[in-house]
Amino acid sequence: MSDTALAVRGLNKSFGSLVVASDVEINIPPGVRYALIGPNGAGKTTLINLMTGMLRPDAGRIFLGDDDITVLPPEERVRRGLVRTFQINSLFPHLTALESVTLAVCERRRVAATWWRQITAYRHEVDEAYDILSVLTLASVCHRLTRELAYGQQRLLEIALALATRPRVLLLDEPAAGVPREESQELFAAIAGLSRDITVLFIEHDMELVFRFASRVIVMVGGRVLLEGTPHEIASDPRVRAVYLGKTRQGSVS
Amino acid sequence: MTSETIAGPVQQFQAQIRWRWSEVLFWLATLLPPVLVPSYLVLASQIAITALFALSLDLILGFSGIISLGHAAYFGVGAYTAGLLSKWGWGEPVSGLLIAGFAAGLLGYVTSFVIARFRHLALIMITLGLGLLLQEAANSASWLTGGFDGLQGIHTWPIFQKFGFDLYGYTAYSYSLAVLFLVFLVARRLIHSPFGLALRGIRENGQRMPAIGAPMHAHIRTIYTIAAIIAGIAGAMLAQTTETVSLEALGFQRSADVVVMLILGGTGRLYGGLVGAAVYMVARDQFSGLNPQYWYFWIGLLLIAVVMLLPNGILGGLALLARRLGVRS
Repeated sequence: MSDTALAVRGLNKSFGSLVVASDVEINIPPGVRYALIGPNGAGKTTLINLMTGMLRPDAGRIFLGDDDITVLPPEERVRRGLVRTFQINSLFPHLTALESVTLAVCERRRVAATWWRQITAYRHEVDEAYDILSVLTLASVCHRLTRELAYGQQRLLEIALALATRPRVLLLDEPAAGVPREESQELFAAIAGLSRDITVLFIEHDMELVFRFASRVIVMVGGRVLLEGTPHEIASDPRVRAVYLGKTRQGSVS
Repeated sequence: MTSETIAGPVQQFQAQIRWRWSEVLFWLATLLPPVLVPSYLVLASQIAITALFALSLDLILGFSGIISLGHAAYFGVGAYTAGLLSKWGWGEPVSGLLIAGFAAGLLGYVTSFVIARFRHLALIMITLGLGLLLQEAANSASWLTGGFDGLQGIHTWPIFQKFGFDLYGYTAYSYSLAVLFLVFLVARRLIHSPFGLALRGIRENGQRMPAIGAPMHAHIRTIYTIAAIIAGIAGAMLAQTTETVSLEALGFQRSADVVVMLILGGTGRLYGGLVGAAVYMVARDQFSGLNPQYWYFWIGLLLIAVVMLLPNGILGGLALLARRLGVRS
Protein backbone atom coordinates (compact mmCIF):
# COMPACT_ATOMS: atom_id res chain seq x y z
CA MET A 1 0.00 0.00 0.00
CA SER A 2 1.50 3.27 -1.06
CA ASP A 3 1.30 6.49 0.89
CA THR A 4 -0.23 8.37 -2.04
CA ALA A 5 -3.92 8.47 -2.81
CA LEU A 6 -3.51 10.50 -5.98
CA ALA A 7 -0.37 11.63 -7.75
CA VAL A 8 0.35 13.65 -10.85
CA ARG A 9 3.77 13.52 -12.57
CA GLY A 10 4.99 16.04 -15.12
CA LEU A 11 1.54 16.86 -16.43
CA ASN A 12 1.36 19.14 -19.46
CA LYS A 13 -1.57 20.38 -21.47
CA SER A 14 -2.07 23.23 -23.86
CA PHE A 15 -4.86 24.39 -26.13
CA GLY A 16 -2.97 25.79 -29.11
CA SER A 17 -0.63 28.39 -27.70
CA LEU A 18 -2.48 28.59 -24.37
CA VAL A 19 -0.66 26.53 -21.76
CA VAL A 20 -3.17 25.35 -19.13
CA ALA A 21 -0.97 22.83 -17.32
CA SER A 22 2.78 23.05 -17.22
CA ASP A 23 4.91 20.37 -15.50
CA VAL A 24 2.35 19.89 -12.76
CA GLU A 25 3.57 17.65 -9.92
CA ILE A 26 1.15 16.80 -7.15
CA ASN A 27 1.27 14.14 -4.46
CA ILE A 28 -1.78 13.72 -2.29
CA PRO A 29 -1.53 11.37 0.70
CA PRO A 30 -4.61 9.39 1.80
CA GLY A 31 -7.21 10.97 4.05
CA VAL A 32 -5.96 14.54 3.78
CA ARG A 33 -8.22 17.54 3.04
CA TYR A 34 -6.56 19.51 0.27
CA ALA A 35 -7.57 22.90 -1.06
CA LEU A 36 -6.63 23.95 -4.58
CA ILE A 37 -6.56 27.72 -4.91
CA GLY A 38 -5.42 30.27 -7.44
CA PRO A 39 -6.75 33.17 -9.49
CA ASN A 40 -9.25 32.66 -12.28
CA GLY A 41 -7.68 30.97 -15.28
CA ALA A 42 -4.95 29.36 -13.19
CA GLY A 43 -5.89 25.92 -14.53
CA LYS A 44 -7.62 24.50 -11.44
CA THR A 45 -10.67 23.06 -13.19
CA THR A 46 -8.48 21.96 -16.09
CA LEU A 47 -6.36 20.00 -13.63
CA ILE A 48 -9.48 18.23 -12.34
CA ASN A 49 -10.55 17.54 -15.93
CA LEU A 50 -7.15 16.03 -16.62
CA MET A 51 -7.11 13.93 -13.47
CA THR A 52 -10.61 12.55 -14.07
CA GLY A 53 -10.00 11.82 -17.74
CA MET A 54 -12.34 14.42 -19.21
CA LEU A 55 -9.26 15.84 -20.93
CA ARG A 56 -6.23 13.97 -22.26
CA PRO A 57 -2.86 15.35 -21.13
CA ASP A 58 -0.21 16.12 -23.76
CA ALA A 59 2.39 14.59 -21.47
CA GLY A 60 2.72 13.26 -17.95
CA ARG A 61 1.21 10.50 -15.87
CA ILE A 62 -1.60 10.23 -13.33
CA PHE A 63 -1.63 7.65 -10.54
CA LEU A 64 -4.47 6.54 -8.34
CA GLY A 65 -2.78 4.77 -5.46
CA ASP A 66 -0.14 2.64 -7.23
CA ASP A 67 -2.07 2.33 -10.48
CA ASP A 68 -1.27 4.34 -13.57
CA ILE A 69 -4.66 5.60 -14.74
CA THR A 70 -3.43 8.06 -17.40
CA VAL A 71 -5.15 6.32 -20.31
CA LEU A 72 -8.28 5.02 -18.56
CA PRO A 73 -11.67 6.39 -19.65
CA PRO A 74 -13.50 8.61 -17.12
CA GLU A 75 -16.05 5.98 -16.04
CA GLU A 76 -13.29 3.46 -15.32
CA ARG A 77 -11.52 6.00 -13.08
CA VAL A 78 -14.80 6.51 -11.22
CA ARG A 79 -15.11 2.76 -10.72
CA ARG A 80 -11.64 2.72 -9.23
CA GLY A 81 -12.59 5.47 -6.80
CA LEU A 82 -11.56 8.78 -8.39
CA VAL A 83 -14.69 10.89 -8.45
CA ARG A 84 -15.49 14.54 -9.06
CA THR A 85 -18.27 17.06 -8.75
CA PHE A 86 -18.89 19.97 -11.09
CA GLN A 87 -18.62 23.69 -10.53
CA ILE A 88 -21.84 24.28 -12.43
CA ASN A 89 -24.60 21.89 -11.42
CA SER A 90 -24.50 18.96 -13.77
CA LEU A 91 -27.48 16.93 -12.64
CA PHE A 92 -30.45 15.03 -14.06
CA PRO A 93 -33.20 17.70 -14.12
CA HIS A 94 -36.20 15.40 -14.58
CA LEU A 95 -35.07 12.66 -12.21
CA THR A 96 -35.98 12.90 -8.54
CA ALA A 97 -33.15 13.23 -6.05
CA LEU A 98 -33.71 9.63 -4.97
CA GLU A 99 -33.76 8.36 -8.55
CA SER A 100 -30.52 10.17 -9.33
CA VAL A 101 -28.61 8.76 -6.37
CA THR A 102 -30.17 5.30 -6.82
CA LEU A 103 -28.89 5.37 -10.40
CA ALA A 104 -25.37 6.12 -9.18
CA VAL A 105 -25.57 3.33 -6.58
CA CYS A 106 -26.85 0.88 -9.22
CA GLU A 107 -23.97 1.80 -11.53
CA ARG A 108 -21.47 1.19 -8.74
CA ARG A 109 -22.99 -2.18 -7.89
CA ARG A 110 -23.04 -3.01 -11.57
CA VAL A 111 -26.74 -3.74 -11.74
CA ALA A 112 -27.61 -0.77 -13.96
CA ALA A 113 -27.49 -2.92 -17.09
CA THR A 114 -30.20 -5.21 -15.74
CA TRP A 115 -33.35 -4.61 -17.75
CA TRP A 116 -35.44 -7.67 -16.93
CA ARG A 117 -35.96 -7.00 -13.21
CA GLN A 118 -37.90 -4.08 -11.83
CA ILE A 119 -36.13 -1.55 -9.68
CA THR A 120 -38.30 -2.34 -6.66
CA ALA A 121 -36.35 -5.61 -6.43
CA TYR A 122 -33.29 -3.50 -5.56
CA ARG A 123 -34.36 -2.38 -2.13
CA HIS A 124 -30.76 -2.31 -0.82
CA GLU A 125 -29.67 0.07 -3.53
CA VAL A 126 -32.64 2.35 -2.96
CA ASP A 127 -32.13 2.31 0.80
CA GLU A 128 -28.45 3.12 0.42
CA ALA A 129 -29.32 6.05 -1.84
CA TYR A 130 -31.82 7.25 0.73
CA ASP A 131 -29.21 7.00 3.50
CA ILE A 132 -26.74 9.09 1.51
CA LEU A 133 -29.43 11.72 0.93
CA SER A 134 -30.29 11.65 4.65
CA VAL A 135 -26.69 12.35 5.65
CA LEU A 136 -26.71 15.36 3.34
CA THR A 137 -30.07 16.55 4.79
CA LEU A 138 -31.92 15.85 1.54
CA ALA A 139 -34.18 13.04 2.76
CA SER A 140 -37.22 15.30 3.03
CA VAL A 141 -36.98 16.37 -0.61
CA CYS A 142 -35.87 13.04 -2.09
CA HIS A 143 -39.11 12.61 -4.03
CA ARG A 144 -38.83 16.03 -5.69
CA LEU A 145 -37.55 16.47 -9.21
CA THR A 146 -33.99 17.75 -9.26
CA ARG A 147 -34.97 20.86 -11.20
CA GLU A 148 -37.43 21.79 -8.45
CA LEU A 149 -34.79 21.71 -5.70
CA ALA A 150 -33.33 24.89 -4.23
CA TYR A 151 -29.90 25.77 -5.57
CA GLY A 152 -28.11 24.86 -2.35
CA GLN A 153 -29.89 21.50 -2.32
CA GLN A 154 -28.72 20.88 -5.87
CA ARG A 155 -25.14 21.54 -4.73
CA LEU A 156 -25.63 18.93 -2.01
CA LEU A 157 -27.09 16.51 -4.56
CA GLU A 158 -23.89 16.94 -6.61
CA ILE A 159 -21.98 15.65 -3.60
CA ALA A 160 -24.55 12.91 -2.93
CA LEU A 161 -24.08 11.61 -6.49
CA ALA A 162 -20.33 11.53 -5.98
CA LEU A 163 -20.63 9.75 -2.62
CA ALA A 164 -22.91 7.12 -4.14
CA THR A 165 -19.96 5.93 -6.21
CA ARG A 166 -17.96 5.25 -2.96
CA PRO A 167 -14.99 7.43 -3.83
CA ARG A 168 -11.50 6.94 -2.44
CA VAL A 169 -10.49 10.33 -3.78
CA LEU A 170 -13.10 13.06 -4.15
CA LEU A 171 -12.42 16.14 -6.26
CA LEU A 172 -14.85 18.99 -5.53
CA ASP A 173 -14.87 21.81 -8.05
CA GLU A 174 -16.08 24.84 -6.09
CA PRO A 175 -18.68 22.89 -4.14
CA ALA A 176 -20.14 26.09 -2.68
CA ALA A 177 -20.16 28.12 -5.91
CA GLY A 178 -23.17 30.40 -5.95
CA VAL A 179 -24.33 29.39 -2.49
CA PRO A 180 -24.95 32.12 0.11
CA ARG A 181 -22.25 32.41 2.77
CA GLU A 182 -24.14 30.92 5.70
CA GLU A 183 -25.21 27.94 3.58
CA SER A 184 -21.71 27.36 2.27
CA GLN A 185 -20.55 26.92 5.89
CA GLU A 186 -23.11 24.10 6.26
CA LEU A 187 -22.05 22.61 2.98
CA PHE A 188 -18.43 22.52 4.05
CA ALA A 189 -19.40 21.12 7.42
CA ALA A 190 -20.97 18.23 5.51
CA ILE A 191 -17.76 17.79 3.53
CA ALA A 192 -15.67 17.94 6.71
CA GLY A 193 -17.90 15.25 8.17
CA LEU A 194 -17.04 12.78 5.41
CA SER A 195 -15.22 9.60 6.34
CA ARG A 196 -11.45 9.96 6.74
CA ASP A 197 -11.10 7.09 4.27
CA ILE A 198 -12.00 9.57 1.57
CA THR A 199 -9.24 11.85 0.38
CA VAL A 200 -10.66 15.24 -0.59
CA LEU A 201 -9.34 17.93 -2.88
CA PHE A 202 -11.51 21.00 -3.29
CA ILE A 203 -11.30 24.18 -5.32
CA GLU A 204 -12.50 27.19 -3.32
CA HIS A 205 -12.11 30.94 -3.58
CA ASP A 206 -13.24 31.86 -0.07
CA MET A 207 -10.03 31.92 1.98
CA GLU A 208 -11.85 31.66 5.28
CA LEU A 209 -13.37 28.33 4.17
CA VAL A 210 -10.02 27.17 2.83
CA PHE A 211 -8.26 27.88 6.12
CA ARG A 212 -11.00 26.29 8.13
CA PHE A 213 -11.49 23.07 6.22
CA ALA A 214 -8.20 22.28 4.48
CA SER A 215 -5.14 20.81 6.14
CA ARG A 216 -2.98 21.38 3.05
CA VAL A 217 -3.21 23.95 0.28
CA ILE A 218 -1.94 23.93 -3.31
CA VAL A 219 -1.62 27.27 -5.07
CA MET A 220 -1.80 27.31 -8.85
CA VAL A 221 -0.94 30.23 -11.11
CA GLY A 222 -0.83 30.19 -14.90
CA GLY A 223 -1.03 26.42 -15.20
CA ARG A 224 1.83 25.85 -12.73
CA VAL A 225 1.90 24.78 -9.11
CA LEU A 226 3.28 27.85 -7.37
CA LEU A 227 3.64 26.15 -4.00
CA GLU A 228 2.12 23.71 -1.58
CA GLY A 229 1.94 23.86 2.20
CA THR A 230 -0.15 24.19 5.30
CA PRO A 231 -2.75 26.98 5.33
CA HIS A 232 -0.48 28.91 7.68
CA GLU A 233 2.52 28.67 5.37
CA ILE A 234 0.41 29.69 2.42
CA ALA A 235 -1.08 32.68 4.20
CA SER A 236 2.33 34.05 5.11
CA ASP A 237 4.04 33.40 1.78
CA PRO A 238 4.93 36.63 -0.03
CA ARG A 239 4.46 35.11 -3.49
CA VAL A 240 0.88 34.11 -2.69
CA ARG A 241 0.28 37.56 -1.33
CA ALA A 242 1.59 39.04 -4.55
CA VAL A 243 -0.79 36.90 -6.60
CA TYR A 244 -3.75 37.78 -4.45
CA LEU A 245 -2.77 41.41 -3.99
CA GLY A 246 -3.06 41.66 -7.73
CA LYS A 247 -6.61 40.51 -7.33
CA THR A 248 -7.31 42.78 -4.35
CA ARG A 249 -6.72 45.77 -6.56
CA GLN A 250 -9.61 44.53 -8.65
CA GLY A 251 -11.51 44.24 -5.40
CA SER A 252 -12.47 40.56 -5.45
CA VAL A 253 -10.83 39.20 -2.29
CA SER A 254 -12.12 40.22 1.09
CA MET B 1 -46.80 12.70 -6.88
CA THR B 2 -49.70 10.98 -5.28
CA SER B 3 -51.42 12.54 -2.32
CA GLU B 4 -50.73 9.57 -0.05
CA THR B 5 -47.67 9.93 2.16
CA ILE B 6 -44.56 8.15 1.01
CA ALA B 7 -43.83 5.49 3.58
CA GLY B 8 -40.31 4.58 2.56
CA PRO B 9 -37.77 5.24 -0.14
CA VAL B 10 -38.66 2.22 -2.26
CA GLN B 11 -42.34 3.24 -2.28
CA GLN B 12 -41.44 6.13 -4.53
CA PHE B 13 -40.54 3.59 -7.21
CA GLN B 14 -43.50 1.36 -6.44
CA ALA B 15 -45.84 4.28 -7.03
CA GLN B 16 -44.43 4.68 -10.54
CA ILE B 17 -44.56 1.02 -11.42
CA ARG B 18 -48.13 0.41 -10.24
CA TRP B 19 -50.65 -0.23 -13.01
CA ARG B 20 -53.02 2.69 -13.36
CA TRP B 21 -56.70 2.55 -14.20
CA SER B 22 -56.12 4.58 -17.33
CA GLU B 23 -53.73 1.87 -18.53
CA VAL B 24 -56.24 -0.90 -17.90
CA LEU B 25 -58.90 1.11 -19.74
CA PHE B 26 -56.53 1.69 -22.63
CA TRP B 27 -55.91 -2.00 -23.15
CA LEU B 28 -59.58 -2.87 -22.71
CA ALA B 29 -60.36 -0.30 -25.40
CA THR B 30 -58.04 -2.08 -27.83
CA LEU B 31 -60.47 -5.01 -27.71
CA LEU B 32 -63.30 -2.87 -29.07
CA PRO B 33 -62.51 -2.51 -32.82
CA PRO B 34 -63.77 -6.02 -33.81
CA VAL B 35 -67.08 -5.19 -32.11
CA LEU B 36 -67.49 -1.50 -32.98
CA VAL B 37 -65.76 -1.09 -36.34
CA PRO B 38 -65.38 -4.58 -37.85
CA SER B 39 -64.92 -3.12 -41.31
CA TYR B 40 -61.82 -1.24 -40.16
CA LEU B 41 -59.89 -4.19 -38.79
CA VAL B 42 -57.27 -4.08 -41.52
CA LEU B 43 -56.54 -0.48 -40.54
CA ALA B 44 -56.65 -1.43 -36.85
CA SER B 45 -54.03 -4.13 -37.29
CA GLN B 46 -51.82 -1.70 -39.21
CA ILE B 47 -52.21 0.72 -36.31
CA ALA B 48 -51.14 -1.97 -33.84
CA ILE B 49 -48.09 -2.77 -35.97
CA THR B 50 -47.16 0.88 -36.36
CA ALA B 51 -47.72 1.41 -32.63
CA LEU B 52 -45.19 -1.33 -31.94
CA PHE B 53 -42.75 0.39 -34.30
CA ALA B 54 -43.34 3.72 -32.54
CA LEU B 55 -42.85 2.03 -29.16
CA SER B 56 -39.44 0.81 -30.30
CA LEU B 57 -38.51 4.36 -31.30
CA ASP B 58 -39.74 5.68 -27.95
CA LEU B 59 -37.22 3.44 -26.18
CA ILE B 60 -34.32 5.19 -27.90
CA LEU B 61 -35.72 8.66 -28.64
CA GLY B 62 -38.10 9.22 -25.77
CA PHE B 63 -36.31 7.42 -22.97
CA SER B 64 -32.66 7.64 -23.96
CA GLY B 65 -32.54 10.86 -25.99
CA ILE B 66 -31.11 9.11 -29.06
CA ILE B 67 -32.70 10.77 -32.06
CA SER B 68 -33.05 8.70 -35.23
CA LEU B 69 -34.32 9.48 -38.71
CA GLY B 70 -33.47 6.03 -40.04
CA HIS B 71 -35.37 3.74 -37.74
CA ALA B 72 -37.28 2.19 -40.66
CA ALA B 73 -34.06 0.37 -41.60
CA TYR B 74 -34.70 -2.15 -38.82
CA PHE B 75 -38.43 -2.30 -39.58
CA GLY B 76 -37.56 -3.02 -43.20
CA VAL B 77 -34.96 -5.67 -42.41
CA GLY B 78 -37.53 -7.41 -40.22
CA ALA B 79 -40.15 -7.19 -42.97
CA TYR B 80 -37.85 -8.54 -45.69
CA THR B 81 -36.54 -11.31 -43.44
CA ALA B 82 -40.04 -12.54 -42.62
CA GLY B 83 -41.12 -12.08 -46.24
CA LEU B 84 -38.16 -14.00 -47.68
CA LEU B 85 -38.53 -16.78 -45.13
CA SER B 86 -42.10 -17.24 -46.24
CA LYS B 87 -41.23 -17.00 -49.91
CA TRP B 88 -38.56 -19.65 -49.47
CA GLY B 89 -41.06 -22.00 -47.87
CA TRP B 90 -41.18 -21.23 -44.18
CA GLY B 91 -44.42 -19.34 -43.53
CA GLU B 92 -44.79 -20.15 -39.84
CA PRO B 93 -45.54 -16.72 -38.33
CA VAL B 94 -44.27 -16.90 -34.73
CA SER B 95 -40.85 -18.31 -35.54
CA GLY B 96 -40.79 -15.89 -38.48
CA LEU B 97 -41.19 -13.00 -36.05
CA LEU B 98 -38.36 -14.25 -33.88
CA ILE B 99 -35.98 -14.79 -36.79
CA ALA B 100 -36.86 -11.37 -38.23
CA GLY B 101 -36.31 -9.77 -34.81
CA PHE B 102 -32.94 -11.49 -34.61
CA ALA B 103 -31.89 -10.24 -38.06
CA ALA B 104 -32.94 -6.66 -37.29
CA GLY B 105 -31.28 -6.88 -33.88
CA LEU B 106 -28.06 -8.06 -35.48
CA LEU B 107 -28.02 -5.02 -37.76
CA GLY B 108 -28.94 -2.85 -34.76
CA TYR B 109 -26.08 -4.25 -32.73
CA VAL B 110 -23.53 -3.67 -35.47
CA THR B 111 -24.70 -0.11 -36.17
CA SER B 112 -25.00 0.70 -32.46
CA PHE B 113 -21.21 0.95 -32.22
CA VAL B 114 -21.41 4.00 -34.48
CA ILE B 115 -24.62 5.35 -32.97
CA ALA B 116 -23.25 5.31 -29.40
CA ARG B 117 -20.46 7.70 -30.29
CA PHE B 118 -22.62 10.54 -31.57
CA ARG B 119 -25.41 12.81 -30.39
CA HIS B 120 -27.80 15.43 -31.71
CA LEU B 121 -27.41 16.70 -35.28
CA ALA B 122 -24.61 14.29 -36.17
CA LEU B 123 -26.82 11.41 -35.07
CA ILE B 124 -29.71 12.63 -37.23
CA MET B 125 -27.41 12.67 -40.25
CA ILE B 126 -25.89 9.27 -39.51
CA THR B 127 -29.22 7.52 -38.97
CA LEU B 128 -30.62 9.24 -42.05
CA GLY B 129 -27.61 8.06 -44.04
CA LEU B 130 -27.93 4.50 -42.77
CA GLY B 131 -31.59 4.44 -43.78
CA LEU B 132 -30.90 5.74 -47.28
CA LEU B 133 -28.00 3.34 -47.66
CA LEU B 134 -30.16 0.36 -46.85
CA GLN B 135 -33.03 1.52 -49.02
CA GLU B 136 -30.80 1.82 -52.07
CA ALA B 137 -29.14 -1.52 -51.29
CA ALA B 138 -32.57 -3.16 -51.20
CA ASN B 139 -33.51 -1.40 -54.42
CA SER B 140 -30.43 -2.56 -56.30
CA ALA B 141 -30.69 -6.12 -54.97
CA SER B 142 -33.95 -6.61 -56.81
CA TRP B 143 -33.17 -10.29 -57.47
CA LEU B 144 -33.62 -10.74 -53.71
CA THR B 145 -36.11 -8.09 -52.66
CA GLY B 146 -38.15 -7.67 -55.80
CA GLY B 147 -36.85 -4.10 -55.95
CA PHE B 148 -39.37 -1.48 -56.91
CA ASP B 149 -42.10 -4.04 -57.55
CA GLY B 150 -41.97 -5.32 -54.01
CA LEU B 151 -41.52 -8.82 -52.64
CA GLN B 152 -44.17 -11.17 -53.98
CA GLY B 153 -45.08 -14.75 -53.19
CA ILE B 154 -45.40 -14.50 -49.42
CA HIS B 155 -47.78 -16.92 -47.83
CA THR B 156 -48.26 -16.86 -44.07
CA TRP B 157 -49.33 -20.11 -42.45
CA PRO B 158 -52.09 -20.18 -39.84
CA ILE B 159 -50.95 -19.15 -36.36
CA PHE B 160 -50.31 -22.25 -34.22
CA GLN B 161 -51.53 -24.17 -37.32
CA LYS B 162 -55.03 -23.17 -36.32
CA PHE B 163 -55.92 -19.53 -36.91
CA GLY B 164 -55.73 -18.73 -40.60
CA PHE B 165 -55.48 -15.13 -41.82
CA ASP B 166 -58.91 -14.05 -43.05
CA LEU B 167 -59.96 -11.38 -45.49
CA TYR B 168 -61.57 -9.21 -42.81
CA GLY B 169 -58.50 -9.01 -40.61
CA TYR B 170 -59.81 -10.68 -37.47
CA THR B 171 -56.77 -12.90 -37.16
CA ALA B 172 -54.41 -10.16 -38.30
CA TYR B 173 -55.73 -7.75 -35.68
CA SER B 174 -55.73 -10.32 -32.86
CA TYR B 175 -52.21 -11.37 -33.80
CA SER B 176 -50.84 -7.81 -34.06
CA LEU B 177 -52.53 -6.76 -30.84
CA ALA B 178 -51.27 -9.79 -28.92
CA VAL B 179 -47.70 -9.22 -30.06
CA LEU B 180 -47.98 -5.49 -29.33
CA PHE B 181 -49.22 -6.21 -25.82
CA LEU B 182 -46.53 -8.80 -25.06
CA VAL B 183 -43.72 -6.56 -26.29
CA PHE B 184 -45.27 -3.65 -24.43
CA LEU B 185 -45.09 -5.66 -21.20
CA VAL B 186 -41.40 -6.27 -21.81
CA ALA B 187 -40.81 -2.58 -22.58
CA ARG B 188 -42.72 -1.51 -19.50
CA ARG B 189 -40.61 -3.80 -17.35
CA LEU B 190 -37.45 -2.49 -18.96
CA ILE B 191 -38.41 1.12 -18.33
CA HIS B 192 -38.93 0.42 -14.65
CA SER B 193 -35.68 -1.52 -14.24
CA PRO B 194 -32.31 -0.14 -13.10
CA PHE B 195 -31.41 -0.07 -16.80
CA GLY B 196 -34.48 2.08 -17.51
CA LEU B 197 -33.28 4.51 -14.87
CA ALA B 198 -29.84 4.60 -16.52
CA LEU B 199 -31.48 5.37 -19.86
CA ARG B 200 -33.30 8.33 -18.37
CA GLY B 201 -29.97 9.43 -16.93
CA ILE B 202 -28.47 9.37 -20.43
CA ARG B 203 -31.39 11.39 -21.76
CA GLU B 204 -31.23 13.93 -18.94
CA ASN B 205 -27.48 14.46 -18.89
CA GLY B 206 -25.28 12.18 -20.95
CA GLN B 207 -22.15 14.06 -20.00
CA ARG B 208 -22.73 13.38 -16.31
CA MET B 209 -23.06 9.62 -16.78
CA PRO B 210 -19.31 8.80 -17.00
CA ALA B 211 -18.79 10.87 -13.83
CA ILE B 212 -20.99 8.44 -11.87
CA GLY B 213 -19.13 5.49 -13.34
CA ALA B 214 -21.69 4.58 -15.99
CA PRO B 215 -20.58 2.74 -19.14
CA MET B 216 -22.79 4.95 -21.28
CA HIS B 217 -21.78 3.57 -24.67
CA ALA B 218 -22.55 0.02 -23.55
CA HIS B 219 -25.97 1.16 -22.30
CA ILE B 220 -26.71 2.86 -25.61
CA ARG B 221 -25.63 -0.21 -27.57
CA THR B 222 -27.97 -2.39 -25.51
CA ILE B 223 -31.06 -0.22 -25.89
CA TYR B 224 -30.37 0.44 -29.55
CA THR B 225 -30.17 -3.30 -30.22
CA ILE B 226 -33.38 -3.94 -28.26
CA ALA B 227 -35.17 -1.17 -30.16
CA ALA B 228 -33.96 -2.64 -33.46
CA ILE B 229 -35.29 -6.09 -32.50
CA ILE B 230 -38.71 -4.64 -31.69
CA ALA B 231 -38.75 -2.62 -34.91
CA GLY B 232 -37.86 -5.79 -36.79
CA ILE B 233 -40.71 -7.69 -35.16
CA ALA B 234 -43.09 -4.89 -36.18
CA GLY B 235 -41.82 -5.04 -39.75
CA ALA B 236 -42.18 -8.80 -39.83
CA MET B 237 -45.79 -8.53 -38.70
CA LEU B 238 -46.55 -6.12 -41.51
CA ALA B 239 -45.03 -8.54 -44.03
CA GLN B 240 -46.92 -11.50 -42.58
CA THR B 241 -50.32 -9.81 -42.33
CA THR B 242 -50.22 -8.03 -45.70
CA GLU B 243 -48.25 -10.81 -47.45
CA THR B 244 -46.19 -8.28 -49.32
CA VAL B 245 -43.11 -6.11 -48.67
CA SER B 246 -42.29 -2.98 -50.61
CA LEU B 247 -39.25 -0.72 -50.51
CA GLU B 248 -41.44 1.70 -48.60
CA ALA B 249 -40.99 -0.57 -45.56
CA LEU B 250 -37.47 0.77 -45.04
CA GLY B 251 -37.92 4.15 -46.67
CA PHE B 252 -37.22 7.58 -45.28
CA GLN B 253 -40.95 8.37 -45.27
CA ARG B 254 -41.58 5.63 -42.73
CA SER B 255 -38.68 6.79 -40.54
CA ALA B 256 -40.02 10.34 -40.58
CA ASP B 257 -43.64 9.30 -40.03
CA VAL B 258 -42.82 7.33 -36.92
CA VAL B 259 -40.97 10.31 -35.41
CA VAL B 260 -44.03 12.45 -36.14
CA MET B 261 -46.34 9.90 -34.50
CA LEU B 262 -44.20 9.69 -31.40
CA ILE B 263 -44.03 13.45 -31.03
CA LEU B 264 -47.79 13.71 -31.59
CA GLY B 265 -48.48 11.18 -28.87
CA GLY B 266 -45.76 12.31 -26.48
CA THR B 267 -42.21 11.05 -26.09
CA GLY B 268 -40.88 9.11 -23.12
CA ARG B 269 -44.27 7.94 -21.91
CA LEU B 270 -44.55 4.36 -23.25
CA TYR B 271 -48.09 5.07 -24.46
CA GLY B 272 -47.07 8.08 -26.56
CA GLY B 273 -46.15 6.00 -29.59
CA LEU B 274 -49.30 3.93 -29.24
CA VAL B 275 -51.64 6.90 -29.04
CA GLY B 276 -49.65 8.80 -31.67
CA ALA B 277 -49.80 5.90 -34.12
CA ALA B 278 -53.56 5.59 -33.64
CA VAL B 279 -54.24 9.31 -34.05
CA TYR B 280 -51.92 9.64 -37.03
CA MET B 281 -53.22 6.64 -38.92
CA VAL B 282 -56.87 7.36 -38.29
CA ALA B 283 -56.27 10.98 -39.32
CA ARG B 284 -54.47 9.85 -42.45
CA ASP B 285 -57.29 7.47 -43.28
CA GLN B 286 -59.90 10.18 -42.84
CA PHE B 287 -57.98 12.98 -44.54
CA SER B 288 -57.06 10.86 -47.53
CA GLY B 289 -60.72 9.92 -47.82
CA LEU B 290 -61.62 13.61 -47.89
CA ASN B 291 -58.90 14.60 -50.28
CA PRO B 292 -56.61 11.90 -51.66
CA GLN B 293 -54.06 14.36 -53.03
CA TYR B 294 -53.43 16.86 -50.29
CA TRP B 295 -53.92 14.92 -47.10
CA TYR B 296 -50.38 15.64 -45.91
CA PHE B 297 -51.47 19.25 -45.60
CA TRP B 298 -53.72 18.29 -42.70
CA ILE B 299 -51.09 16.08 -41.11
CA GLY B 300 -48.74 19.06 -41.22
CA LEU B 301 -51.34 21.28 -39.63
CA LEU B 302 -52.04 18.69 -36.95
CA LEU B 303 -48.35 18.36 -36.16
CA ILE B 304 -47.81 22.12 -35.87
CA ALA B 305 -50.92 22.52 -33.72
CA VAL B 306 -49.92 19.73 -31.32
CA VAL B 307 -46.33 20.88 -30.95
CA MET B 308 -47.39 24.50 -30.39
CA LEU B 309 -50.26 23.84 -28.02
CA LEU B 310 -49.10 20.62 -26.36
CA PRO B 311 -45.31 20.61 -26.16
CA ASN B 312 -45.35 17.19 -24.50
CA GLY B 313 -47.69 15.66 -27.03
CA ILE B 314 -51.26 14.52 -26.68
CA LEU B 315 -50.52 12.42 -23.60
CA GLY B 316 -48.55 15.26 -22.02
CA GLY B 317 -51.58 17.48 -22.56
CA LEU B 318 -53.92 14.90 -21.05
CA ALA B 319 -51.65 14.48 -18.03
CA LEU B 320 -51.63 18.25 -17.54
CA LEU B 321 -55.41 18.36 -17.81
CA ALA B 322 -55.73 15.55 -15.27
CA ARG B 323 -53.46 17.41 -12.84
CA ARG B 324 -55.44 20.63 -13.28
CA LEU B 325 -58.65 18.78 -12.52
CA GLY B 326 -57.00 17.20 -9.50
CA VAL B 327 -57.53 13.71 -10.84
CA ARG B 328 -54.96 11.04 -10.15
CA SER B 329 -53.92 9.42 -13.39
